Amino acid sequence: MSRLDTEHQVETIIGLEVHVQLRTQTKLFCRCSTEFGAPPNTQTCPVCLGLPGALPVINEHAIELAIRTGLALNCEIPPLTKWDRKQYFYPDLPKGYQISQFDLPICADGFLEITDPADDTHTRRIPLVRAHLEEDAGKSMHDEAAGISDTRIDLNRCGTPLLEIVTQPAMRSAAEARAFLSELKLLLTHLGVSDCEMQEGSLRVDANVNLHIEADGKEIATPIVEIKNMNSFRAVERAIEYEVRRQYIDWEDTGETIEDRAKQTRGWDDAAEATFAQREKEESADYRYFPDPDLLPVRLPRERIEAAQATLGELPAATRQRLQSQYDIKAYDADVIVNQGPAMIAYFETTAETAGDGRRASAWMQQDVMRSLKESDWEIGTFPIPAIDLGRLLRKVDAGELDNARARDVFQYMLENDTDAEGAIEALGIVAVDAGEIEALCRELLEANPKVVEQVRGGKEQAIGALIGQAKKKNPNANPQQVKETCLRMIREG
Amino acid sequence: MSLSGADVRKLALLARLELSDAEVAVLGPQLARILDFVEQLSELDTEEVEPMTTALDVVNRWAPDKLHRSLTVDEALAAAPRRDESCFLVPPVLGPAH
Amino acid sequence: MSIPLDSATELLRLQAAGELSAVQITQAALDRIAATEPQISAFTHRADEAAIAAAEKIDRDRSAGLPLGPLAGIPVAVKDVLCTRDMPTTCSSKMLAGYHSPYDATVVARLRQAGAVLVGKTNMDEFAMGASTETSAMGVTGNPWDPSRTPGGSSGGAAAVVAAGNCPLSLGSDTGGSIRQPAAFCSLTGMKPTYGRVSRYGLVAFASSLDQVGPMAWTVEDAALLLQVISGFDPADSTSLDESVPNFASDVAATDVRGLRIGVLRDSLDQEGLEPEVRRAVLEAIDVYRSAGAEIVDVSLPHSHYWVPTYYVIAPCEASSNLSRYDGAHYGYRAAISDAEAAERGPLLATYCKSRDEGFGAEVKRRIMLGTYALSTGYYDAYYLKALKVRRLIRGDFDAAFAQADVLLGPVTPSAAFRLGEKTDDPLQMYLCDLFTVGANLAGIPAVSLPAGFTAEGLPLGVQLQAPPLQEARLIRAGAAFQKLTTHHAQRPTL
Ligand SMILES: [Zn+2]
Repeated sequence: MSRLDTEHQVETIIGLEVHVQLRTQTKLFCRCSTEFGAPPNTQTCPVCLGLPGALPVINEHAIELAIRTGLALNCEIPPLTKWDRKQYFYPDLPKGYQISQFDLPICADGFLEITDPADDTHTRRIPLVRAHLEEDAGKSMHDEAAGISDTRIDLNRCGTPLLEIVTQPAMRSAAEARAFLSELKLLLTHLGVSDCEMQEGSLRVDANVNLHIEADGKEIATPIVEIKNMNSFRAVERAIEYEVRRQYIDWEDTGETIEDRAKQTRGWDDAAEATFAQREKEESADYRYFPDPDLLPVRLPRERIEAAQATLGELPAATRQRLQSQYDIKAYDADVIVNQGPAMIAYFETTAETAGDGRRASAWMQQDVMRSLKESDWEIGTFPIPAIDLGRLLRKVDAGELDNARARDVFQYMLENDTDAEGAIEALGIVAVDAGEIEALCRELLEANPKVVEQVRGGKEQAIGALIGQAKKKNPNANPQQVKETCLRMIREG
Repeated sequence: MSLSGADVRKLALLARLELSDAEVAVLGPQLARILDFVEQLSELDTEEVEPMTTALDVVNRWAPDKLHRSLTVDEALAAAPRRDESCFLVPPVLGPAH
Repeated sequence: MSIPLDSATELLRLQAAGELSAVQITQAALDRIAATEPQISAFTHRADEAAIAAAEKIDRDRSAGLPLGPLAGIPVAVKDVLCTRDMPTTCSSKMLAGYHSPYDATVVARLRQAGAVLVGKTNMDEFAMGASTETSAMGVTGNPWDPSRTPGGSSGGAAAVVAAGNCPLSLGSDTGGSIRQPAAFCSLTGMKPTYGRVSRYGLVAFASSLDQVGPMAWTVEDAALLLQVISGFDPADSTSLDESVPNFASDVAATDVRGLRIGVLRDSLDQEGLEPEVRRAVLEAIDVYRSAGAEIVDVSLPHSHYWVPTYYVIAPCEASSNLSRYDGAHYGYRAAISDAEAAERGPLLATYCKSRDEGFGAEVKRRIMLGTYALSTGYYDAYYLKALKVRRLIRGDFDAAFAQADVLLGPVTPSAAFRLGEKTDDPLQMYLCDLFTVGANLAGIPAVSLPAGFTAEGLPLGVQLQAPPLQEARLIRAGAAFQKLTTHHAQRPTL
């Protein structure tokens, strides 16, 4: 529940409509390429140009990807799905209708579990209304000085398969909406069904937002606003935050409620960080949906759906749970690893197995590995240190052969020199120091620092820290923990 | 039944037809007469009847996800009323007056 | 020698015998076209040069001993609703005047593959909407039996060119009777195949769930020849049937109708508006079959009264959607707009509305308006959904009738060819021309119109046979038998 700085209790109600481009090679109803970025109008044919006489033929792979996505989103896949025409005139829609699914979508009634952004030990279940297949429109390129010159139309994208995923109005904060989108993207990229690149338009989000305000003992709802044109998850979050404030102020000013005003569309202006009212159409939309007579229904037998289910493998939510229990790591840490995708999960698991210590492996992943990736702009797939080598290094730390600080030196050396842990240890001249050597070193230090000895005897055990730095200088291979323990023992023993 | 001039114009806008006053005057009564004629269907009780969208008893007609040749830009734009070197050109939504 | 342009079968035989070349045949066809066009105006495009070139290739292939297709050297005309790479495809509409398709319709490709010589594209009602070819934006076509009368529609041009002796075969399309009614008006054999039997890819859509391409010829034998070539599965049309196609030639030869159960649609014979001469022709046809040993049974189609209203909801609904693509944006007619118009509604909306207003004729606009209305919010259930349900009842009637009879016999049209201009002012009158034909389209079954005699005035009359889905062969057997027993199909107009 989001609270504004008001005397009223305000609840934000958010529903999302997410359009995801499915990763097929060809379009939904013709066999033109779906590749992004080709020169305009080089990926068209009579079907996607809507030429007279052309007819659509369903891309079977799009059906398969939609089923996989639906199953991963815990949807029901009804045995029968069909195609409907959604009719409106626009130059990027050459047939004058979009082939979509109206009343029998391919996926119904699912949910996606997300980590509660307000409390990472909890999950929230976001219910989904449906997910349906439809064809994308082309691209209109308007001149900067709108109205002066013609609009240029590129139909390359026209007919690309989209899965439109519609949530219930079940999110209660902008952060939650963002968390939903991140989790959805993670899931879809994990499944390989979509690239989910907002910049390339392979994932597009419309957010329906309004407020429930408790005033004078009753709850009123503000008019619903659909926000469009958001080009990043961050933009979605900010647009919703902006809209929440705007709607509240608007309600205070006008008192308008959902009864007074139909759903309105507003765009998001990233630079101005504000939503703005979009031009109202001259007529109210009447899409005149009806079943497309050029296409036959799709009947999906149980066995086919079960077969698809069997190929899904472990999904991110399950991986999170497993990593926590199998490697004894925290929810947050499992989250970080899983959110980086399958390659990171595999890296972590190999490291942890080899090191024999999941928590240590996780700590190193969260800090050293992630930091190095970030600094050098690497992907985990091309990270110079193989997981097995990192695992071996951490096993040495675990065995007390190396302290963390020395291990970091080794790690850094491995990063820069394409060598395994043993090679790096050797190159750095790191040799194990035996107990006799440590005792001699400690005795020398205690004799040279009577003040420290006195402080420790006086109860300030932490004063010993000053000696550890000196020990490191005298012998870089000395294990600080061992030095500390030896010194304390020698002082105690007097 | 009857259709007012405003009804006919509203419908014409939905269908993107710019009808002249004369056309509206003729079409209104004609459409009303045809609609009266098809109104006979309401005599039938179809409560329990499944709608029939196609005469075929076939489902699942689809094709594998394999690339076919697309048209060239020039083939694609060959019939365009207006074009530039790579795109269809259409009048903008908003005119200079807006 | 005289060249029998009224028989594909005969032309094939003469070529095989070396008595005629494809070029000779084609030249004769082109000459005949040139002679009759001034009276009947049946073509929207004539492809003389390409036709001669195609014929020359056939002759070369023949002399080189290369394999030839089943229609090698046969002149064929194609209704201008089928896409052709090398000829304009206009649907007889100003909207598509001069439009060139970048591809051939599947049936056109199959014609070429079979060696047919395409002589041109034929006139039709605009976008196949009409029953007289008078809604064409490309002029009015005359009936070769009486040029002051309609050849029927919407495939009026395709019927007229065969009846005028221009070529032995043509391809039409039939959404509510558009092959069978012109065939009846011109004394031809015209068949609407089972929905899905012939590919619709490249057939410019009028009403997608009803449209079907079919052959027109003088005889069942010739029609079967053409049907053989165009039938069969097409992966580019999701609604085409993946069913094997029988060899129709064997059905042409098998003309024994003894034991064939012919269902007579008694109700249709008592139908108000059915002219007595048409009724007489049907009764005579019944007698012909009875005397040949067929079993005559009475059947009824209880919902036949609702065919036309059902059709005039479903067809306009689909048409309103199918014709949305003609908006002047990517191809076809684009109207010029004034600054005032641009300022009033914005340039895009103004261009859409004006292009569609000027590009479409009155009948097309009427049906677009009708379909838009019936699909709009608040009316969908009462009109479109209702019609789909009645359609199921209509199909059920046919299923029941075919349990009693192998084929159904009845009229094609309520009257013989009417005068040009006679029904253009009353759309509903024109719609009632489809009274007996739309049932087959709604049910998706095959039906054929056969020449069945003449009125006292000498105008052709037809009878219709209908069969269960995929039983074209049954129609061919029964039709060929009828033509063996009668001579109506052998009469020719004096044009
Ligand atoms: Zn395409």
